[in-house]
Amino acid sequence: MCTTCGCSTGAGTVITDPETGERIETPAEGDSGAAHNSGSWRQLATGPAGASVAAHLHARAHRHAHEARVHEHDGRVHSHEHHHAQTPAAPEHPGAALSEAAIAAATHGTTIALEQDVLAKNQLLAEHNRGWLASRHITALNLVSSPGAGKTTLLERTIRDLQVLHSTRSIQVIEGDQATLNDAERIRATGCRAVQINTGTGCHLDAGMVSRALAQLDPPSHAWLMIENVGNLVCPALFDLGEQAKVVILSVTEGEDKPLKYPHMFRASRLMLLNKIDLLPHLRFDVERCVAYARQVNPSIDVLQVSAETGAGMKAWYAWLEAAALAEVAETVR
Amino acid sequence: MHELSIANSIVELCAERAMGARVLRVTLEIGRLSAVMPDAIRFCFDVCAKDTVVEGATLEIVETPGLARCLDCGGSVDMTDLLEHCACGSVNLELLAGAELKIKQMEVV
Repeated sequence: MCTTCGCSTGAGTVITDPETGERIETPAEGDSGAAHNSGSWRQLATGPAGASVAAHLHARAHRHAHEARVHEHDGRVHSHEHHHAQTPAAPEHPGAALSEAAIAAATHGTTIALEQDVLAKNQLLAEHNRGWLASRHITALNLVSSPGAGKTTLLERTIRDLQVLHSTRSIQVIEGDQATLNDAERIRATGCRAVQINTGTGCHLDAGMVSRALAQLDPPSHAWLMIENVGNLVCPALFDLGEQAKVVILSVTEGEDKPLKYPHMFRASRLMLLNKIDLLPHLRFDVERCVAYARQVNPSIDVLQVSAETGAGMKAWYAWLEAAALAEVAETVR
Repeated sequence: MHELSIANSIVELCAERAMGARVLRVTLEIGRLSAVMPDAIRFCFDVCAKDTVVEGATLEIVETPGLARCLDCGGSVDMTDLLEHCACGSVNLELLAGAELKIKQMEVV
């Protein structure tokens, strides 16, 4: 398995609603989210699968138009699954002599042009999520950072402050971690709805996981949906979840050059929240330089300085949230 | 890090499209700026392909260079990474190529 971060296909994803105790488990093979039927693609070209090899080679040799395992032959449409199971390389069809093309195909293989985007499946699911969220006028943000940057603390503070400010919109949270329900419990303690995705060994959330979590969370319309991704500045940059924007949280206890070290994430984000600024007097962190680095990889990135602990700068973050929600409505109306 | 799940998607896609045929060769196009390491994909590909019709297939990776257009002066910029800037000094760049992550083709028998 992956020796860098330990992510593997061995463990499944679990989505838990701490309120009801409902658990949805996905016996994962891979992180793409879909439950695989072990009889579908994960099998060798022997036995029943060999039959369709024969059907295919045969179909190609005769230039038959075919779809799936059925093709037209002498005006009759029939399946070849049962005919050539024992002889995938040299189909013995009555009256059908092997053409040169068939022999060539059998010995050298046939090239199939695919031109397929590897992340297309995730992208499709993400667009599905985006449409679903738009239909409910929900503003979804994907919160990303390294572990310990203060994502959960920031969320707790945001939820409590907006409750005090009597915001008309509620906040709903999807928490992503490899293990434990700790973060969802922390969010729930604020009185907010939250479900927890445990990715097992996976190092990022993907659109399929979020889709299933959304079904479980069932957020009301006009809410903010905060998706707290797995703490990781690398992998989540590649996986669109269907959010309106990514918000990257960088704490001043980290290096100011993180935007240069992890340019993909900072390039993919619309807002950088510089967190824990109350600690600046104790640190050698150059805020100006950090912001300059972020703008170097993403000239259009918004930057806000906050402290989720003391509340400094948080008003600007709430104003940004309101603006994002208004933009979401404007986008939907358009 | 994410290469394992990507390699798994690649194997899955190829196996689906092969419809039971054995896959001999898979050709990928990976852009220099795609945030995907070809070496990590190679490592993970063999692991993921085990016990599938893709097992034993040769993996070919075509790496495509990064290219951007400067939004300030209009010049084109060769991108070896995301930290490049235009000769005019601008970092206001529009990526034109290099983010590809594609299965180009495969050979089946």
